Amino acid sequence: MKITMTATIAALAFSLMPFTAIQASPADDVKAFQGYFTNKYKDTKLDDYVNGIYSIDPASRKQWVEIEEFPPYELVVENGEELWNKPFANGKGFKDCFKGDIADMRAKYPHHDDKSDTIVTLESDINKCRTDNGEKAYGWKKGKIAAVSAYVAYQGRGKDIAVKLPSSEKELAWYNKGKTFFYAKRGQLNMACADCHIYNSGNFIRADKLGPALGHPSHFPVYRSKWGSMGTLHRRYAGCNKNIRAKPFKAQSDEYKALEYFQTIMSNGLKWNGPGARK
Amino acid sequence: MRKLFRKLAVTITAIAMVGVVGFSASVVAGGSDLEKGKKLAFNKKKGNCLACHTMTGGDMGGNIAPPLIAMKARFPDIAVLKTQIEDARIKNPASFMPPFKPHGILTDKEINQVVKFVHSL
Repeated sequence: MKITMTATIAALAFSLMPFTAIQASPADDVKAFQGYFTNKYKDTKLDDYVNGIYSIDPASRKQWVEIEEFPPYELVVENGEELWNKPFANGKGFKDCFKGDIADMRAKYPHHDDKSDTIVTLESDINKCRTDNGEKAYGWKKGKIAAVSAYVAYQGRGKDIAVKLPSSEKELAWYNKGKTFFYAKRGQLNMACADCHIYNSGNFIRADKLGPALGHPSHFPVYRSKWGSMGTLHRRYAGCNKNIRAKPFKAQSDEYKALEYFQTIMSNGLKWNGPGARK
Repeated sequence: MRKLFRKLAVTITAIAMVGVVGFSASVVAGGSDLEKGKKLAFNKKKGNCLACHTMTGGDMGGNIAPPLIAMKARFPDIAVLKTQIEDARIKNPASFMPPFKPHGILTDKEINQVVKFVHSL
């Protein structure tokens, strides 16, 4: 009887073990996420993942390095600088909202705002500055918002990606929302972000190599040759969702803000290097 | 004279266009199940098998999933292959392969044609 009891208790304890393991902290997640890639690609240094597919694909890297010699985003950054310095109708400007050194701005986002319990993104604050000053909000995915974002990103190059790890209940709720989005299958094709950009990163989908998820948010906004223009991270998210035949969420929706929050946390320790140029 | 030429040119273009459309329609409509299955397998908006699988006759196949080769040896029972194509989640719930039947990506008829083609590889 005693033996049976002990066996039952042991069995119960073992069966519960996986459940305790699931409760990983965000810090554990970052370690596992980055460890997966550093283990998979021994030749790639951790800080090189900010270069996306080019960090693991020497063949396409050559072309990209050539493109970067005369970057297609250069004029957009200049345009963004003009918009940044142009006063609003009330005489104020972006500089009155974003106080301090512009080189520090990019690295302040995304972050959780306790009072409004939301994730604040660089783009959401750019438009908040406009509407707070009686100006019309920019469109969310491309054009002027991408230009201002590109200028801020350019000024903030080289700063650490260092999102404060979620600890409060509210922060953890946003974090888990983003994490679930990243790993959940969706759309008619039933695919998760992780399917392509974790498990199958480095594999070919027809002639295209799938990029690693580590470092994804570091270089946005990007000038994408396919678009022929600049776009925000949320524009890219919408494109990804369309590719797997899922109805895209709106730019700056809670879903995409949570995803940006989760993805940026996973890239903690790398450096901001936006804006970028991609295929 | 110039007007006549223009009219002539328009007419010829129209005839040519009707011809092309008619021809392509007949190509789509015609052919055996095997040929139709092949077209569906390569078509990005349909089966798009080439995205992940390499197979004879297709360019730039992906390497996400196993190459489609020796299929009769791997699937002596064609019904097993059909189930796998219809819904790969039955064998592996985490499968990357889209659930073609339950998600309505292909019709039953189209699935049968793809199965015939894939089994022939």
